[in-house]
Amino acid sequence: MSSTASTQTGQNAQRLTLVEAIQDGLYTEMSRDDSVVVLGEDVGKNGGVFRATDQLYEEFGEDRVIDTPLAEAGIVGASIGLAQTGMKPVPEMQFMGFMYPAFDQIVSHAARLRSRSQGQYSVPMVIRAPYGGGIRAPEHHSESKEAFFVHEPGLKVVSPSTPYDAKGLLAASIHDPDPVIFLEPKLIYRAFREDVPAKPYEVSLSEAAVRREGSDISVYTWGAMTRPALIAAENLSQSHGIDVEVIDLRTLSPLDVETITNSFKKTGRAAIVHEAPKTVGLGAEIATTIQEEALVHQEAPIKRIAGFDAPMPLHSLEDYYLPQAVRIQDGIRETVDF
Amino acid sequence: MNMKNEAGSKDVPAAVREDSDLVQVLDAEGNVLPQASVPDISDRQLLELYETIKLARHFDQRAISFQRQGRLATYAPMTGQEGSQVATSLALAEQDWLFPTYREHAAKYAHGMDLVSLFEPLRGYRDGYAIPDDVNVMPEYIPIATQVPQAMGMAWGHKLQGKTDTAVLCHLGDGATSEGDFHEGLNFAGVFDVPAVFVCNNNQWAISVPRERQTASETIAEKAQAYGIDGVRVDGLDPLAVYKVASAALEKARNPGPGELRPTLIESVQYRFGAHTTADDPSVYRDESEEEAWRDRDPVDRIETYLYNEGILDSDLESEIQDSIEQEVSEAIETAEQTETSPDNIVEHVYEDVPARLEEQRDELNRLREKYDDGAFSEVLE
Repeated sequence: MSSTASTQTGQNAQRLTLVEAIQDGLYTEMSRDDSVVVLGEDVGKNGGVFRATDQLYEEFGEDRVIDTPLAEAGIVGASIGLAQTGMKPVPEMQFMGFMYPAFDQIVSHAARLRSRSQGQYSVPMVIRAPYGGGIRAPEHHSESKEAFFVHEPGLKVVSPSTPYDAKGLLAASIHDPDPVIFLEPKLIYRAFREDVPAKPYEVSLSEAAVRREGSDISVYTWGAMTRPALIAAENLSQSHGIDVEVIDLRTLSPLDVETITNSFKKTGRAAIVHEAPKTVGLGAEIATTIQEEALVHQEAPIKRIAGFDAPMPLHSLEDYYLPQAVRIQDGIRETVDF
Repeated sequence: MNMKNEAGSKDVPAAVREDSDLVQVLDAEGNVLPQASVPDISDRQLLELYETIKLARHFDQRAISFQRQGRLATYAPMTGQEGSQVATSLALAEQDWLFPTYREHAAKYAHGMDLVSLFEPLRGYRDGYAIPDDVNVMPEYIPIATQVPQAMGMAWGHKLQGKTDTAVLCHLGDGATSEGDFHEGLNFAGVFDVPAVFVCNNNQWAISVPRERQTASETIAEKAQAYGIDGVRVDGLDPLAVYKVASAALEKARNPGPGELRPTLIESVQYRFGAHTTADDPSVYRDESEEEAWRDRDPVDRIETYLYNEGILDSDLESEIQDSIEQEVSEAIETAEQTETSPDNIVEHVYEDVPARLEEQRDELNRLREKYDDGAFSEVLE
């Protein structure tokens, strides 16, 4: 029995970290549905390099928790094939920076088999990948390339920022009829715990979350950046009386345009925070969407607080590359003071 | 897998059984095997081989310890693999090129990189990847197998320009043979007959996945057949055997005989004595007894015994070498700890010239650094 699940017996909820909630989510879905299989590099006996699949091999066996050869295109291509037989593959890419060999399979086929076949074929599959910086990792281990996948029609892209959402969004992704790129913010894998129900539940893939209500400015973010955005909001509330609304997008594709624009109509100001490079990051899409939908409400230029248009540096400089609370606060103040 | 050797006293890993097609010079203790031919190598070169392997072992132990002390970030240990790394690099001519992965610390050092530059990326500085013009080593490859087609391309470029006196030696692991880039690189190498030697450091484990799970082939060397090139299996814990095989492959890359193709795939049969990296715990997925059988064939002990047997090494010289190695490694870490860089470095070298938009991003960062202070940027994000 899963070490996480075993503690659930007789309880309604447990205090889990985000990565434990992923493990618990996989355990829950695999228990409910025999067609769900996990495959990838080191996901079996080793339980995943971040322990996201810990104990699943012991619980469900080698035919459902599968250590594969080291080949990302093979893992994703095989998963597309598995999905054609009624199975629900949940392949893991060990790090987002190592996904690129699978890119062809993802964009040429996973994303398009439905439209190519006019709905006759589809690819229900969830590709999990840890992403983002801040963990002092070697090169290629800190990428945030969500925009590559958001840009590709036919894919859904999800990124949780809390343990509760991680389990619920993962369940919704596994139940979804279309391929989902499920991006896990590894910086906050173990940052904090919260109550996570033992029972199955879903968090909708079509709703952003308002993490903090406010009236002066809307801050849009997701994943690991949600935390510094909330810290910045609290700091500014206390130091400058600025009332910041923080929106956690949760699902990056398709965007919840309604929540995004409703918030902006209320505040008239926006800052978008992401780790990815600024140019053609998701911030560009959000800013344009706001202007299309709510231009008349706009009171200040929309601010993007993002990574540099440069490769992620090695770890001695990553704190300068990533949006920190100080950068977020400064950007919010500039926008509010405009 | 549990076949006993003739003495019947120890398990010999099946992959290095002496009755297989494996090239070996030394037995498990370091004595020359009957019928084995020792490579043509001077006493001075033998001592260089020994000293470099000893240095590599010490570097590895210190690096693991520095990582635990927080002086280095994630490190990929090479214990058990140093002999093959050093032997392949010492087989190179100075003009030859080396394509290393993240584990080939000793191979890089033995082909001219200094220890400081090995430490710098592990401390978060790219300075160590700015490899001097006179050292023919590419910055390490971390995405698996991506170096294989590139090494082929460099060898091809040399050949197209008539420089077939320059060979390219490309390292890869057993896991890398599962990636598409491995196939594409070796296929091109055969089709275009380039002066390249591909060394697969088959250490039996790709993190937690055993060699048997990478391929249904009996050996990795036999994959060479499919590309029409030579494949050789060598005892990767036998530095003299590796030197012999690598030298021959490099010579063939430069000057193939009639009907011979230049490229070779060498399967250097090894064992990863330690963890995949300092972030990994092998006790979760493999049996420690497996390691013991390989420890009996430790490359450091084998080359040491050989040199003692030959009268090239004695205890005085051994301790003199050890002292000098320890000093070299401790000086290198101290120097590496002086390396500093400015946050401006984030925007530098992305292109030859910094685009205006990136200059603006740098200026904005520096405005914030002045307005607040650098400490504000090192607050923990989580």
